[in-house]
Amino acid sequence: MPHRSLPTVRSIGAKAIDNVLRLGYATRFIGLTLAHSGTSFARPGLIVRELYYTGVLSMIIILVSGLFVGMVLGLQGYQTLTTYGSESALGVLVALSLVRELGPVVSALLFASRAGSAMTAEIGLMKATEQLSAMEMMAVDPIARVVAPRFWAGVISMPLLAAMFSAMGVFGGYIVGVVLIGVDEGSFWSQMQSAVDIREDIVNGVIKSFVFGIAITWISLFEGYDAPPTAEGVSGATTRTVVTSSLAVLALDFILTSFMFSGA
Amino acid sequence: MGRSMLDLWVGIFVVAGMAALVILAFKVGNMSNFGGGDTYEINANFDNIGGLKPRAPIKSAGVVVGRVKSITFNNERFTAKVTMAVESAYKFPKDTTASILTAGLLGEQYIGLEGGGDDKMLNSGDSIRLTQSAVVLEKLISQFLFDKAAEGGTEKK
Amino acid sequence: MLAKPGHPGSLVALTISFRIRTLFQATNCVVSSEILIEIKDVNFAYGRRPILTGINMIIPRGKVVALMGISGSGKTTLLRLIGGVMKPTSGEIWVDGECTSALDQEGIYRLRRRMGMLFQFGALFTDLSVFDNVAFQMREHVDLPESMIRDLVMMKLHAVGLRGAHKLMPAELSGGMARRVALARAIALDPMIMMYDEPFTGLDPISLGVIANLVRQLNDTLGTTSLVVTHDVQEALDVVDYVYYLSDGKMMAHGTPDEIRANKDPLVHQFVYGEAEGPVEYQYPSGEYAAELKLGKRREASPPGGRHAA
Repeated sequence: MPHRSLPTVRSIGAKAIDNVLRLGYATRFIGLTLAHSGTSFARPGLIVRELYYTGVLSMIIILVSGLFVGMVLGLQGYQTLTTYGSESALGVLVALSLVRELGPVVSALLFASRAGSAMTAEIGLMKATEQLSAMEMMAVDPIARVVAPRFWAGVISMPLLAAMFSAMGVFGGYIVGVVLIGVDEGSFWSQMQSAVDIREDIVNGVIKSFVFGIAITWISLFEGYDAPPTAEGVSGATTRTVVTSSLAVLALDFILTSFMFSGA
Repeated sequence: MGRSMLDLWVGIFVVAGMAALVILAFKVGNMSNFGGGDTYEINANFDNIGGLKPRAPIKSAGVVVGRVKSITFNNERFTAKVTMAVESAYKFPKDTTASILTAGLLGEQYIGLEGGGDDKMLNSGDSIRLTQSAVVLEKLISQFLFDKAAEGGTEKK
Repeated sequence: MLAKPGHPGSLVALTISFRIRTLFQATNCVVSSEILIEIKDVNFAYGRRPILTGINMIIPRGKVVALMGISGSGKTTLLRLIGGVMKPTSGEIWVDGECTSALDQEGIYRLRRRMGMLFQFGALFTDLSVFDNVAFQMREHVDLPESMIRDLVMMKLHAVGLRGAHKLMPAELSGGMARRVALARAIALDPMIMMYDEPFTGLDPISLGVIANLVRQLNDTLGTTSLVVTHDVQEALDVVDYVYYLSDGKMMAHGTPDEIRANKDPLVHQFVYGEAEGPVEYQYPSGEYAAELKLGKRREASPPGGRHAA
């Protein structure tokens, strides 16, 4: 019966159009945020305040997870490398996997669920309790006063957090590999240093985390700003933030990796 | 939370992040033992560079003395022009030989420099005359087959 | 500073701060016109759905005017139109000699700095303390030394009786206190017009009386003009000078509180005296009740509402 399937087709079409509209609105939103960033730079205190909530409060989870991921890498890497008799390359394995991939990606995923969801919930609640309207009525632009400082704080903290994650991970790999298992310390560091390139590996890793930072804060702020002003609306938006930004991070990672590491 | 406490924590956060970046650059990466020092550039033309890539190491007697800076194609001589950045601390004579070698059987390719006996040293921008191209497996095999065929031909005559 | 924060005469302190403010704001032009807000033939629609039709309204300078009506009658929309948050589909809104629909964003913001608005549940910034909430606009718009901001904030908080609560966070306040802090915040820059969006909702009778009296007192001491959107009839009728009654997006009646009380229009009468029976329908437009309960098919089981099930 063709007429029965029609509503489904129609709803798929409506959903598609809806998503395109939302994407357009999100683009306009980030444009507005960038255009209204002047206030944030004229008053760095606003960004510093948000750096506390996005950066400092995410620091513990990032440092602890970094340490554990590094330790697991050390353990697993040793198991695998020792079968080929090349456990001296443990440093290379730990450092390269962290600096290139795990550092930026895992810290971005943690950042999305720790700081991104908090940002969405906060802005969504501000909207639901009319705080944004109140601000608007006080002739203060909420985008300039609320959204832009959070955006820049997120963009600044993400690379710093990713660097902390990687450094902590290398330290974790060192503890397991050198201190506990007994891989030669000299070859651990020297092989690592000769294999890890500043521009190819470390700078590219920083660029990755910078891009992830932009994507996550953009998604989080937009979901909060666009959330229906109800309890369900805000909780739904918070969930969407974590799902969408995690997927965005993984997809962007694939794209960036294929650009950065395929040529060399 | 007071204003100053907030500033303090954010300060700690930024310092920790920067410190992590510095650690990555110096302890994990190779900025401390190479990259920061002065270098000078010398060129070499190769008929075939094989799988040589920019930033490949340049070794002399097994010691890394520099890195490949760029590889371009010389359209007049139909050769590959390789620009090498060699650390200023190391000097090589004019009649140095540059050859493209492979680390191990299937390892990465690098340039090996072998010093000659000339009194004059290579300066920045100079070219190395004596070069030895990469060994290409297909060419080796076809050379071998060609030689065999040639031998067979002469025997028949 | 002439008045210490702990001065007993809170309203005196407010008047002084008002004078200080006029010294700072030379732009606070004194227009001789008696009419502060004039709404001319305003229509407004969300898409094709009309919200307001043919609204005419005059708010004289220095008066407290109430805008009443049942929920969904378009009161809040009208308030938003005056604040320039939305533009009318047709018609004109004049605020202090400026037509809002002709203003750009800059002009709207300039106008809003002279408007104070109290939101339904206060809408305090939850991440700022009471003090910082009240100081918010001063810090955003006026470049004052911190010591002067402190004195001004204390005066505003004293006027609403919450000077002692300045260190608390909004989450630690009761509903009535939050409303009063929001009021102190709304009058922070001594606005030319105060707008109240349902200021009495969800308050206990004492807090409600406090807020109602504050509305009147602040209006008279600060020399502002007030527009109160509400459906709490009795409290509002006690404190306002003039009432507009809005129903279904149309202006049904207006007059002094006494005139409204005596109004013979059944709609207005039902609203003012809060009667359940009247022209305002209790039932949302629905299909036939019997059909909904599928009584037609079970007639033999002697349904309770038998007369419907025909």
